[in-house]
Amino acid sequence: MGSITLKQVTKSFGDVNVIKPLDLDIKDGEFIVFVGPSGCGKSTLLRMIAGLEDTTSGNIEIDGQDATDTPPAKRGLAMVFQSYALYPHMTVRNNIAFPLKRAKVAPAEIEQKIASAAKILNLGDYLDRKPGQLSGGQRQRVAIGRAIVRQPSAFLFDEPLSNLDASLRVNMRLEISELHKSLATTMIYVTHDQVEAMTMADRIAVFNAGVIEQVGTPLELYQNPVNRFVAGFIGSPKMNFIDIPTANDGAHSIGVRPEHIKISNDEGMWAGNVGVVEHLGSETFLHVHVEKIGTLTVKSDGDCPFTYGDKVFLSAAQNKILRFDKTGLTLPSLTEI
Amino acid sequence: MATTQSRTLAKFMLMPSVLLLLGWMIVPLCMTLYFSFLDYNLLIPGEHEFIGFLNYEFFITDPAFTESFFNTLLLVGGVLTITICGGIGLAILLDQAIWGRNYVRIMVLAPFFVMPTVSALVWKNMLMNPVNGLFAHFSSWLGMNPIDFFAQVPLLSIIIIVSWQWLPFAALILLTAIQSLDREQLEAADLDGAGPFSKFFYIVLPHLSRAVTAVILIETIFLLSIFAEILVTTSGGPGYASTNITYLIYTQSLLQFDVGGGSAGGIVAVIIANIVAIFLMRLIGKNLEG
Repeated sequence: MGSITLKQVTKSFGDVNVIKPLDLDIKDGEFIVFVGPSGCGKSTLLRMIAGLEDTTSGNIEIDGQDATDTPPAKRGLAMVFQSYALYPHMTVRNNIAFPLKRAKVAPAEIEQKIASAAKILNLGDYLDRKPGQLSGGQRQRVAIGRAIVRQPSAFLFDEPLSNLDASLRVNMRLEISELHKSLATTMIYVTHDQVEAMTMADRIAVFNAGVIEQVGTPLELYQNPVNRFVAGFIGSPKMNFIDIPTANDGAHSIGVRPEHIKISNDEGMWAGNVGVVEHLGSETFLHVHVEKIGTLTVKSDGDCPFTYGDKVFLSAAQNKILRFDKTGLTLPSLTEI
Repeated sequence: MATTQSRTLAKFMLMPSVLLLLGWMIVPLCMTLYFSFLDYNLLIPGEHEFIGFLNYEFFITDPAFTESFFNTLLLVGGVLTITICGGIGLAILLDQAIWGRNYVRIMVLAPFFVMPTVSALVWKNMLMNPVNGLFAHFSSWLGMNPIDFFAQVPLLSIIIIVSWQWLPFAALILLTAIQSLDREQLEAADLDGAGPFSKFFYIVLPHLSRAVTAVILIETIFLLSIFAEILVTTSGGPGYASTNITYLIYTQSLLQFDVGGGSAGGIVAVIIANIVAIFLMRLIGKNLEG
């Protein structure tokens, strides 16, 4: 059990509205990712769900019960913090046991739960160490261990991987995803990294300035972004935006993803000069300067022959071009008209 | 600062001040040690004979010594207990978001800036005086007999005065320690179902252990040599009821003009201070590591 419903929830600090009225339905067992730039209110919303911040107005329902004013401990949620927030003077074992002891669980049962958590998270060797003696990834696992022993109805992750180095981040990403598959518990995951969002989420909620711009599966957001912000935020490298000077049929700008532009040395829609070329081995990113349009990013094969200064021609796949109106909303694609 | 060259240079640069401090300490210590073996009384002129450990024997077998030794321990222990417990409570209060918090914090520090003689006089004449004191008025108002603090509970009175002076110090050190506590830990404890007491005992108190250790060590050094408060209020009396080792040495060497006996007492005090220091470092010093 772990469905969470937000109804017209808002949050303001003084005169500043951090969260504008928003509605969201999080289904039981779902892995939902809140993604957005810094300061968009995603962490604040997570803390409101956890009960660490008061809700200014609106209702938060957990499993159909109004939990807007329920104290954090009574909500049955567990949170993993960005700084891990482990208790530094306690051993790993006591860290994990802490919530169980507070809940007055029998000692034998505590032991058994610690053992099973340690097994799931490979913590067996570190149980008697203190957090200070562990690496970042190990601390992260302990923090998750402390969360799972409580058997919460939902897990809340607040940018849990941002303090880890890149390779460890990829590993932990996998581990958290696998944990979600094996526990099948609701997870709410906050991140500013769209790659984490795309790879882990069942559904993504894209935040911008206290508003949810769009909620959907990773592919929905990638293929059919509702507006220019979502289109630019999802996908890596970022989508190219081209302002159209002559506003025909309401379109003010178009967007093309780098992977939907073909580069050739003899024919295409736009002519340009190759700027920086980034070889990643499996693929190549080219930054092409096109006159009157600006710099376009193009994604090409790993063995792309072009180098700095080459004159090239670009052409966009017509059915992949997105068109945006004056306010940035996506217009129906040309094929649908 | 890591090359051999810079480290050698640093040693040479530090040398003069280290030597100065060493001399500053060593010369008086050696002179005290020397005097403590002499029959040296300012009222008896003539040769200062070498009399071995006789001064020590007299000082230690004096019944006043035992009493003042335990008075010293009580004074240090009592003030430490009050300032640590009160300091933690005060620090938690000062950590709350209240209106005018910054001013309150400065005001709280005020007693620490009052010199010991003045604060002892204020307490003696304005608060604890059995006729005019505020406490006496309060007792009469309640219909009780006023307590003559310095006659009935001399040592406790001095403990109260000294605690009042040192409470701000403890509170401020502990306040900075509380402020350095990671708020996410408290939030995690909130989610883990810890109530206010669990949070205090399992999160806040362990976090404060280093600061408490520092407060205990620093205060002990100063509390072993409490003098002005005793001189101003009770002069060590009645009898020896509020005499500590420091005050006993003072009476010995400056009221009885016995330089030899006073010096022996001084050396004994040094030894006691060292024993206390070793004891404390063993007991709580490990808190400061890491």
